[in-house]
Amino acid sequence: MSVEQTNYLLRWRDKEDLCRLDAYRAHGGFRSLRKAFSMKPEEVVEEVKKANVKGRGGAGFPAGVKWSFVPQTDGPRYLCINADEGEPGTFKDRYLLSDDPFRVIEGAVIAGYAVGLTHGYVYMRGEFGFIAKEFDKALDDARKAGYLGKNIMGTGYSFDLTVHLGAGAYICGEETALIESIEGKPGRPRLKPPFPAVEGVFAKPTVVNNVETIACVALILEIGGDKFHELGVEGDGGVKLFGLSGHVKNPGVYEFPVGKNLKEFIYEEGGGILDDRPLKGVIPGGSSTPILLPDEIDVPMTFAGLQAAGSMLGTGCATIIAEPTCIVQVSYRIAAFYAHESCGQCTPCREGCSWMAAIIKQIEQGIGREEDIDLILSICDQIQGRTICPLGDAAAMPIRALVTKFRSEFEQHVRSGRCPTPETLR
Amino acid sequence: MERVFSKESEAKIEKLLNSYPDRQACLLPVLYIAQDEFGCLTGDVMALVARRLELPPERVANTATFYTMYDKQPVGKYHVQVCVNVPCFLRGSDRVLHALEKELNIGPGETTEDGLFTLSTVQCLASCGTAPTIQVNDAFHEAMSVDKVHELIKQLREEQEE
Repeated sequence: MSVEQTNYLLRWRDKEDLCRLDAYRAHGGFRSLRKAFSMKPEEVVEEVKKANVKGRGGAGFPAGVKWSFVPQTDGPRYLCINADEGEPGTFKDRYLLSDDPFRVIEGAVIAGYAVGLTHGYVYMRGEFGFIAKEFDKALDDARKAGYLGKNIMGTGYSFDLTVHLGAGAYICGEETALIESIEGKPGRPRLKPPFPAVEGVFAKPTVVNNVETIACVALILEIGGDKFHELGVEGDGGVKLFGLSGHVKNPGVYEFPVGKNLKEFIYEEGGGILDDRPLKGVIPGGSSTPILLPDEIDVPMTFAGLQAAGSMLGTGCATIIAEPTCIVQVSYRIAAFYAHESCGQCTPCREGCSWMAAIIKQIEQGIGREEDIDLILSICDQIQGRTICPLGDAAAMPIRALVTKFRSEFEQHVRSGRCPTPETLR
Repeated sequence: MERVFSKESEAKIEKLLNSYPDRQACLLPVLYIAQDEFGCLTGDVMALVARRLELPPERVANTATFYTMYDKQPVGKYHVQVCVNVPCFLRGSDRVLHALEKELNIGPGETTEDGLFTLSTVQCLASCGTAPTIQVNDAFHEAMSVDKVHELIKQLREEQEE
């Protein structure tokens, strides 16, 4: 059975002006918050647990479970909303921030109330400065209307949000690097434990959730945890934003219940491959997720489904690659990204990513050696699982898949001493 | 002469100091304020930030040099940043970059002699569905093409002459 598009999270596409408070309210805005306030905080956590909403930032940790790790101690406790979206291929959260900002604010206050948090930071990547300006205005409007700040809606609960702009470092999307960055430090990930739930920003208990996860919280309260769960698949609930980029006829952001078939997504909603060229491969959920070959994409877009296919759901934003793209060139761009974004803290990642990029570049230029291909795989081995944070794995996993699945293309570059793809087609 | 912040910047910094639980947490936003006022974060600007936030200068430098959006050298009035990662590459970002190089007669990392344009390549701008994307100062320009590059640069030059 085909899974049809929904518009729970993308409702701003057919409802005008949701970024204005009055319009947001007219469409039922802040009803979820009112409902949350009529419940005990632990009941709200239960509702989110029932929803089985897996973290939408890519790692897929169940949000409700994450919340329950926060100890109920006295003193400040923080929410950090991860809006550092920046993994190549990923472009979904920005639309929630710019087109439905009050949904994010409402979800944040609900999360704050449920977990007993005192303040929240919206960590937005620096390049989103133009979105941050508008989001700040939305925060002001919410504050003036009593949905944010002291004594929210007369309940006695106080919670406020601050936008904190990053400054061009992908690594700050890693939760402990994000925390360091809010504290004014370089974004170098921390060793865990302690986990942020126990010791996060300013050494206080902290919840870090992705923007879309927070938007889902408002939706869960609106339709109920069970209903949300039922929309998706068992254990992986709800609707989710998915994206298409690269060589596809209809690129963009889409929403489906979790479980949509990837192949169907590309060929039906996506309209198929650009210029009807043959498909070469699909990077299913951001540059860190291993590439799938055309015969591997008939899979449900769930965390388990993509894992069974040997990749990961990641952020759910797929990049489509058609013939005659040079895979060595694609590999170089991915390796160069991680080399650029490595924080430099762990030697395997700092040195390994740069070497991978340099070696792949030489192969692309036709001056690589036959043994370089195995050398790349050996570097992957030496990075993966040997670093503080997952950035090292995020670099090694896709490169290993690209080299393994397209080995003959790497060999062809070495043997012919040039890139076989004609320049005009690159 | 030692640098000082303008009154407007001071007001913003004061507000930040009241909203974060510690002084160092104000560092990222204060570095932006300094960059806006002085153009780029030279040694004396970083020293001013350190004095104002009562932080060790090396701690300020440590943070400022970690992040790519803090300019340590002057950049042109228009900072043209071209995303060259996979999704943009697949949609022709190399052609966009080459058109900019030709139009501005500079390469990535360089500034035009009149100080108007700096050209950079950047990593993903989270606009993969509307690739290729370039960012000029605060604004995104999505679904770019060689023709749109010429149009945009022409428009920015005219804006400058007015």
